[in-house]
Amino acid sequence: MDALLSSLVSIAFHGVAYGMVLYVISVGLSVTMGLMGFVNLAHGVFAMAGGYILTSSLGRFALPFPVAVGLAFLLVAIGSMALERGLYRHFYGAGELEQVLFTIGLIFMAVAIAQLVFGTLQQPVALPPWLKGQFPLLGRDFPAYRVFLIVVSGAMIAALWFGVERTLWGAMVRAAVDNRAMAQSIGINTRQLFALTFALGSGLAGLGGALGAEIIAVQPTYPFEHLIYFLTVVSVGGLGSLRGPFVAALFIGVSDTACKYWLPQFGAFFIYAATIAILLWRPTGLFGTRV
Amino acid sequence: MTHTALETRALCKSFGALTVADQIDFRLETGIRHALIGPNGAGKTTFVNMLTGRLAPSSGQVLLDGGDVTRLSQEARVKRGLGRTFQINTLFRGMTVLDNVALGVAERQRVGGRPWRPASAYAHVRDEAVDLLRTFGLETDARRRVVDLPYGKQRLVEIAIALGLQPTVLLLDEPAAGVPSLESGRILDALAQLPAHIAIMIIEHDMDLVFRFAQRITVLVQGQVLREGPPAEIADDPRVHQAYLGERRG
Amino acid sequence: MSETGYAASPRIRWTEWLPWLAGVAVFFLLPEYLLFGARILTYILFALSLDLIVGYAGIITLGHSAFFGAGAYVAGILAAKVKLTDPIVLLVAATVAAGVLGVTTGAVILRTRGLTQLMLTLAIAALCLEVANKATPITGGADGLSGVTIAPIFGLFRFDLFGKTAYLLCLVTLLAGWWLVRRLIYSPFGATLTGIRENSDRMHAIGAPVYRRLLAVYTISAMIAGVAGALSTETNQFVGLNVLGFEPSGELLVMLILGGVGRLYGAFVGPVVFLIAQDALAKQFPQFWYLGIGLMLVLVVLFARGGLLGLADALAARVRRSV
Repeated sequence: MDALLSSLVSIAFHGVAYGMVLYVISVGLSVTMGLMGFVNLAHGVFAMAGGYILTSSLGRFALPFPVAVGLAFLLVAIGSMALERGLYRHFYGAGELEQVLFTIGLIFMAVAIAQLVFGTLQQPVALPPWLKGQFPLLGRDFPAYRVFLIVVSGAMIAALWFGVERTLWGAMVRAAVDNRAMAQSIGINTRQLFALTFALGSGLAGLGGALGAEIIAVQPTYPFEHLIYFLTVVSVGGLGSLRGPFVAALFIGVSDTACKYWLPQFGAFFIYAATIAILLWRPTGLFGTRV
Repeated sequence: MTHTALETRALCKSFGALTVADQIDFRLETGIRHALIGPNGAGKTTFVNMLTGRLAPSSGQVLLDGGDVTRLSQEARVKRGLGRTFQINTLFRGMTVLDNVALGVAERQRVGGRPWRPASAYAHVRDEAVDLLRTFGLETDARRRVVDLPYGKQRLVEIAIALGLQPTVLLLDEPAAGVPSLESGRILDALAQLPAHIAIMIIEHDMDLVFRFAQRITVLVQGQVLREGPPAEIADDPRVHQAYLGERRG
Repeated sequence: MSETGYAASPRIRWTEWLPWLAGVAVFFLLPEYLLFGARILTYILFALSLDLIVGYAGIITLGHSAFFGAGAYVAGILAAKVKLTDPIVLLVAATVAAGVLGVTTGAVILRTRGLTQLMLTLAIAALCLEVANKATPITGGADGLSGVTIAPIFGLFRFDLFGKTAYLLCLVTLLAGWWLVRRLIYSPFGATLTGIRENSDRMHAIGAPVYRRLLAVYTISAMIAGVAGALSTETNQFVGLNVLGFEPSGELLVMLILGGVGRLYGAFVGPVVFLIAQDALAKQFPQFWYLGIGLMLVLVVLFARGGLLGLADALAARVRRSV
């Protein structure tokens, strides 16, 4: 009984850590899709970039961990602004097929560049010593790294939610997600808003990719392998919503961990089946209002 | 003896706290030219969408030819003789004018789903489509892509598609919308030519068109029927004038 | 693109026989490349099936490999485990299996739109991959299914090492598939598909049973993809996980866009150019190959939406104008 409880706690814990990282990565995708209706399948590329920035900073340049994480956020955010201005902008009015093809093309290019620059193997993550041990909590020992993940992700998420609920930027985002034409007609510059939000969302993805580098391996096939998880978080959670993907991400994090532990012979089967079932029951996602 | 082609009873629609249709009782008699007018946002297009089945009402009934069609899909209502045009051109943009009309004709003739013989072998579909185009003066444009036509002609194609269904009830949502006033005469001519046995309802803002066309007018304001009657009565009603304050267009 | 419809002539133009002439010529002139040729033919059939859905009906799917894989695995499992080795029977079985998968998944996803629909196609494909990956006793798991032997066609034509029989089987099957798809596209049903793609709302408003038609074309497309999958198994006498998942779906989409989507022969041109280029370049410079594909995709979508055939059309129009 005690062993069962122990493994339940362990699974919940690891699952929550994984889920929160998934959320930090995917929330940008939810907001930009809700804001601009743009199907950005290449979102995982930003997370991967963040992961590579972290591992390179820690490994090759031996930078302190907080600096590496901050760099991941900043560089990816800035890089995404350049991409948005140079390429993405051309596709806002385009049909869904064009958007899908364009972003798939981006994924191919990013995967190739990652392979060329970093090789095909998974990058080792040189965690600082203070993240490597165990952390005692309520009489149990938990891996310090995962505790750190949960705490920092939680803080980021709280800041994000505060930002969206309380700031002017957040109000404009909510208005534009709700009704873009209306928002434009009351003077909101949706182009600029989108560029800014896109940068923030992509930066967060980079941050998530960096923070989660230990649990989501940093390798060139990253955007392909995890695309379905990021998209699932957004579509099951609900496009344009903030809370929905949080619930979805936690659900995926915990169930994936549980399934891999208890039913390894089924792998991710139940996640996919559950996703299909939920989307059939609620096509707009658990908390979304539109497709 | 007139007969009710289309009727609604206590039709209501709400989106949350917003009521866009409030207990609408409406009758369209066979062969009568009926117009639905009202200020922007009165809920006219919503009403038409409920009539055609594109939108489900919150409560109330829609009756077509005496039969309750409230639960039926758009396709089923079309098969029972209900046709419509859209306020914004809803055409098959990349296809030719001929194909645009032929698609509707083929559905009515129940050959739309045939997968084996080539479409061009169905001469009766093509001939009927060409005839229809001829009544609108569009037969020379048959092979052109509809997106290459001037807007006024596109509007005519919009009506032609609906006629290909041989409807007994025809709902025209702002047929002259966006058409330069020079060309709207053509629309009016087309409307005048429509077969007399069809019950027709138009939604329009162009009051000239309305008063020249309609034998009965229903005024819809904020989802409710304000007034219904012959054009002369409506023109004199002060409440109608008030509802339209600032809305009158040439 | 407006060559179909109620005013179009369905007669087969002489240029349409050129691919078949080329196919037969390859058989006699390039005997060392017949296995590779069989692969190209298989992918052309696969691309035809995808074009029906994406190009004609306008449904975007990233999970079409599920049907290819279903056909491939059903053929492989029947041959290796059940010892049912007649190649024609296997093709039929694959068609039926893929058709069943098509109609059940189609019934589900065709009621949705947008991201939800795209997501469902991905999830279904991922599900199929996971099943194939984990059901090792039946599917061979990550190692693939070996022990697939195929009996001679009609008891006479043995599957030889050079792929002569396989190539001819693929050619004949492709001919049949092409002929069926061509009839479908020129028929009233085909006009309906274009109508649904151009304006689905209007199709509802003219009384067309849109959902039923989409389900029909989705199932037909699945069946054709299933046949292509079975051909792949019969040609290689092997089936592995690489027939499932996002990568073959993505690659097929690239091939189709390269050739030209929504036009019958885009599905011919695309795979030929892509697979030959891949064979020539990818082995030597795999990362540059991926980079090139990605770049090409972005450029095509930006500047040449009609793919290679679209460019050819534009070129022909320019030549005609200057003459």
